Amino acid sequence: MNIVLYGGTAILLSLSFLKDREKTKKALMKAWKAFENILPQLLVVILVVSLLLSLMDNAMILRIIGSESGWLGVVLASLVGSVTLIPGFVAFPTAAMLLKGGAGYMQIAAFISSLMMVGIVTLPVEMKYFGKRLAIYRNILAFCFSFVVAAAIGYTVGVLS
Amino acid sequence: MKAFLLRYKAFFIVLSLLLLYGAFNWEVGEKVVKTTIFQLREMMMVIPPIFVLLGLLDIWVPKQTMVRFMGEKSGLKGIVLALFIGSAAAGPLYGAFPVAAVFMKKGVKFTNILIFLGAWSTTKIPMFLFEVASLGAVFAVTRLLIDIPGIIIIAYLLSALMPKAEVQAIYERAQNL
Repeated sequence: MNIVLYGGTAILLSLSFLKDREKTKKALMKAWKAFENILPQLLVVILVVSLLLSLMDNAMILRIIGSESGWLGVVLASLVGSVTLIPGFVAFPTAAMLLKGGAGYMQIAAFISSLMMVGIVTLPVEMKYFGKRLAIYRNILAFCFSFVVAAAIGYTVGVLS
Repeated sequence: MKAFLLRYKAFFIVLSLLLLYGAFNWEVGEKVVKTTIFQLREMMMVIPPIFVLLGLLDIWVPKQTMVRFMGEKSGLKGIVLALFIGSAAAGPLYGAFPVAAVFMKKGVKFTNILIFLGAWSTTKIPMFLFEVASLGAVFAVTRLLIDIPGIIIIAYLLSALMPKAEVQAIYERAQNL
């Protein structure tokens, strides 16, 4: 996937360069400016996430979101998902491992959903772009939505397997 | 130099606190360093091309084109495009924010911006097969089917909840980012 992303970007960049050097230079300057603009917040986010990931281990997560934990477990799973920021390529195998270890489908669904849609630690970055109100509303709605996803997956997994 | 230190103040504070903590608790400290390196690598894998693409989009694609495809009157076409572009993208959610800012600059409709954000955060084409492999088809397909209407409903709900003036202010701020 990254090869496609890098390759595509390289091709477009070369095309742009062949067509108009000045414009390409301007585009790159804009790219750098936009990046440097969020870099300070991004670095803080990365440090905080690293600390959170280092402090939580799977045993601890399992205790919170076992299959017997019911809706309380779903709420807690959503909370855990909200404060963590794990890339999908790590999150899915981790979730699979947690399922095998005894976590419930509903709880895992809530965890995955809030993990991807809710970002407490990235909130400062989000606010910078969209303002406080929109960032907070969006995260609250996404948090509530993770319960809908949990219910839906709890239902289909119950019926189909 | 002073401006630089001021902008990165929070980063330096957190970093020194972490170093202090790591000095007293080697085990956690080592894990934090490892995870940080992993995350920085992850970031470098996707962030540079995203920003370069943004710069190119900003310079080359005229506003009218974006307005036509995803602006106020783009209707269903705009919704589908927002869903698709968001889903096709790779990378963490914070990568979507600058893209959304450029979209705003180019006159993309507010609900389409929100749909794009929702899709980027949760329905990912590159990730879907991986999800099927890890958690099973029932899990992944159910999540996808519930996510698509969910994203659209959340987008329209947010748009209804936001005061018009504030949305305008957000669009204006995007011009300077």
